[in-house]
Amino acid sequence: MSLQDAAHAGAAAAHEETVSGVGHEHPSDGKYVQIAIFLGVITAMEVAIPYITEVSGIWLAVMLVLMVIKFFVVVAWFMHLKFDSSLFRRLFVGGLVLAVLVYLAALTSFQYFGDDTTSVDERRGDPPAGAEADH
Amino acid sequence: MSDTVIHAPANAPEHSSGHHTSTGLSNEKLAMWGFLGSECLLFGALISTFLLYRSKEPHQGPAVADLYDIEFTSVSSFVLLMSSMTMVLALAAIQRGEHRRARTWLLTTALLGSTFVAGQVYEFTAFYREGLGFTTNIQSSAFYVLTGFHGVHVTIGIVMLVSLVVMSLRGKLPTERSETVEIVGLYWHFVDIVWILIFTIVYLIHP
Repeated sequence: MSLQDAAHAGAAAAHEETVSGVGHEHPSDGKYVQIAIFLGVITAMEVAIPYITEVSGIWLAVMLVLMVIKFFVVVAWFMHLKFDSSLFRRLFVGGLVLAVLVYLAALTSFQYFGDDTTSVDERRGDPPAGAEADH
Repeated sequence: MSDTVIHAPANAPEHSSGHHTSTGLSNEKLAMWGFLGSECLLFGALISTFLLYRSKEPHQGPAVADLYDIEFTSVSSFVLLMSSMTMVLALAAIQRGEHRRARTWLLTTALLGSTFVAGQVYEFTAFYREGLGFTTNIQSSAFYVLTGFHGVHVTIGIVMLVSLVVMSLRGKLPTERSETVEIVGLYWHFVDIVWILIFTIVYLIHP
């Protein structure tokens, strides 16, 4: 198969994907308003939780889940990633996953292997490092 | 050495910009998604830096979390969230050929964005008056860099939205070029989703 044939095949496949993806009917204005109301309700829930209870344990998980839901609803519906080509999705999700992995690794490294062990002390219930120097 | 030229196939779709692409997808849109993917890394770095330093007791000045005005920031967040809705309504309008309505929604989006930025300026001023400057402590530096970078992104978005309105008024934004609005919209929604993360992680959840 020549390079030219490969290019033709690739473009034809992408064309097919475009027709089924980009050419998709987008939601109506009413649907967008419904989604915005849904997002507003989730935001209200997020704001209410810290007033009702301390944000730790299960409530921390609930807050993070609500945040992730909001994030992906905007990406899927308002940014049309749900209807668009999968190549766009791969580009964006690739960057997102890379960012999450890199910074989780970086934060974990700083937490456990950094020079300043303040947070480790705090977890043990000891006074923060440097607290004596302040007094 | 011979050059290999790959021609776009005859059946490759033609885009609003009026040219064929080898992928069958709009190059401009592809570039914007790639850019947004890379922006995830930028904001990931800024959020991680803030998370890293906020757990450390400030040796000088107040802690950032002590100064938050959650009610005020909640309203700002809601305003930005609603601007995403008006942005997508602007796109839908221009795709239907309703230019006047599209301009109205674009202007509304720019106004909502400006309200958000004004809120951020107010917040920064209030924090500064409480004794929390950019270099007061490492927490405040991380906070101002993160939220400041986001504010700059929103401001750039507002400039792009106003430019779209001006283009539309001059008749340089016909329905065939609605993809330009879509690309600016992608940027705007991205700014919104970054704030969704910042609002929850920075403002609502703190140790």
